[in-house]
Amino acid sequence: MHPAASVIFFTVSSGAGYGLLATLALLAAFGLIAPGLGLGLAGFGLALALVTAGLLSSTFHLGHPERAWRALTQWRSSWLSREGVAAVVTYVPAGLLALLFTFFTPGPGARLVLGLATAAMAVLTVYSTGMIYRVLKPVHQWHNAWVVPGYLVLGAATGLLAAHALLRAFAPEGSAPAIVGIAALAAVAAGFLLKRGYWAFIDATPAASTAETATGLGAFGRVRLLEAPHTGTNFLMQEMGYRVARKHAARLRLIAQLAAFLLPAAFTLAALLLGGVAASLLAIVAAALGILGVAVERWLFFAEAKHTVSLYYGAERA
Amino acid sequence: MTSLPPPSARKLGLVIDLDVCVGCHACAVNCKEWNAAGHSAPLTDLDPYGANANGVWFNRVHSFEAGEGAASRTVHFPKSCLHCEEPACVTVCPTGASYKRVEDGIVLVNPDTCIGCKLCSWACPYGAREFDHDAGVMKKCTLCIDRIYNENLEEADRVPACVSTCPASARHFGDLGDPGSAVSRLVAERGGYDLMPEMCYKPVNKYLPPRQRQCGAGHDGAPSSLAAPEPAPGGLLGWLDRVLSR
Ligand code: SF4
Ligand code: SF4
Repeated sequence: MHPAASVIFFTVSSGAGYGLLATLALLAAFGLIAPGLGLGLAGFGLALALVTAGLLSSTFHLGHPERAWRALTQWRSSWLSREGVAAVVTYVPAGLLALLFTFFTPGPGARLVLGLATAAMAVLTVYSTGMIYRVLKPVHQWHNAWVVPGYLVLGAATGLLAAHALLRAFAPEGSAPAIVGIAALAAVAAGFLLKRGYWAFIDATPAASTAETATGLGAFGRVRLLEAPHTGTNFLMQEMGYRVARKHAARLRLIAQLAAFLLPAAFTLAALLLGGVAASLLAIVAAALGILGVAVERWLFFAEAKHTVSLYYGAERA
Repeated sequence: MTSLPPPSARKLGLVIDLDVCVGCHACAVNCKEWNAAGHSAPLTDLDPYGANANGVWFNRVHSFEAGEGAASRTVHFPKSCLHCEEPACVTVCPTGASYKRVEDGIVLVNPDTCIGCKLCSWACPYGAREFDHDAGVMKKCTLCIDRIYNENLEEADRVPACVSTCPASARHFGDLGDPGSAVSRLVAERGGYDLMPEMCYKPVNKYLPPRQRQCGAGHDGAPSSLAAPEPAPGGLLGWLDRVLSR
């Protein structure tokens, strides 16, 4: 599948944004961070900015961005619609919590209710994003049980890494930075195992569809394309015919594992052990690397995905 | 509404005879011709006279080779929307622009509400949906909804453009929901089948397989290689030959 920059940016940015939002909301809900202007603006501000930038970029690739509101109407059947509804609804508790946290001193009841609601809606939104891909039967690399956990855990990992860096800078006192740092380590480790499991799965399992099932001509023997329907290209080939060389994919998987998991884990561990200013810097590097690494992972998620339509254009297996 | 309607009794669709199709592309061309001014018009072409001509077509004819040696077949393979009974292209649509008609099962896109997110094209296993970059909306085969119910046309012409034009009669149109219809009988007699049944989209359109080769076909008495032409005779016969071959 064609790895469109806007969709990669959207899923990475909103994943990290919702991860950060859920982390801060939970910390606020349980009184682990104190309300205040600095963390309020930097923390909730960054989370909402990431989420909003992601959502806006996802509308750029639409043929009719001005009709985007219509995407909120078909939540009964469509995960894309559900994602849109969940994203919009999240703004209500998140916005209220961010306002109260930044400019006022909300009571424990308000913090608990708004914090839990924000975290739940953030999880639901990222879950819906994962489901958009998971339900697409024509793409074997997406239609499997690894996809949704991947989206959730990578969103959590990037969000926790960002939260760790923010807490080290704006609220270093108390136990919150250490708790978030440890949670980030756990999420990064889970992400590493999940992605390795996912790659092993897509390498080992063949797609159900072949050139034989696509044409129904398997009874005569192996089926191969003799002549394409046209000499030029078309929308289907551009959108769904993207192929990445095995060699490049292997190298990019390595880069993704280093940047998204191994290095952020090492830097976070060092931050937890060292503390102080060094910890702040290390946490920032860990977060930046983590987000970059997940962007590479997301590029691969598209580039390695093979659509059944390629069977009509010369592929023998999807 | 992109939730699917209850299964319709009428299932209008096509039956495509792979034994008969000669791969002339007439169906694809007449489809383009009719639909460029039809329900989903225009079918935009980008750079039509340039090196990268690229445009929207509802019907495309692929050619495949199957098997090896004497038993192999060359099969021309026209493909358009199969108007599936359980089309995820409809249910994934976030706007309600994609829908399946209750009355006859035809799958359509409303160009006034489509936001051009392209998700439906990802959900179609068959590559039956093509995005119109110029109009910013998704386009697909309408089963010539503007012909089959068109009372301004002669009764005989109320069939999809591809069916009306096929010079080999490889394409048949009818109600596949009615077991007694001509198309349903054809499917039953010839073993018509679904493309990619493992996707479980339940396509309405069916394909008829190439028939078994006739016994002795290929042994019609013709020599396996051409003999060298006989040398031109001389004399009177030669003169006659030259005069007559002028
Ligand atoms: S062939 Fe594709 S576009 Fe047509 S109904 Fe089936 S899934 Fe939808
Ligand atoms: S491209 Fe249009 S018809 Fe297709 S899913 Fe998006 S809004 Fe629906």
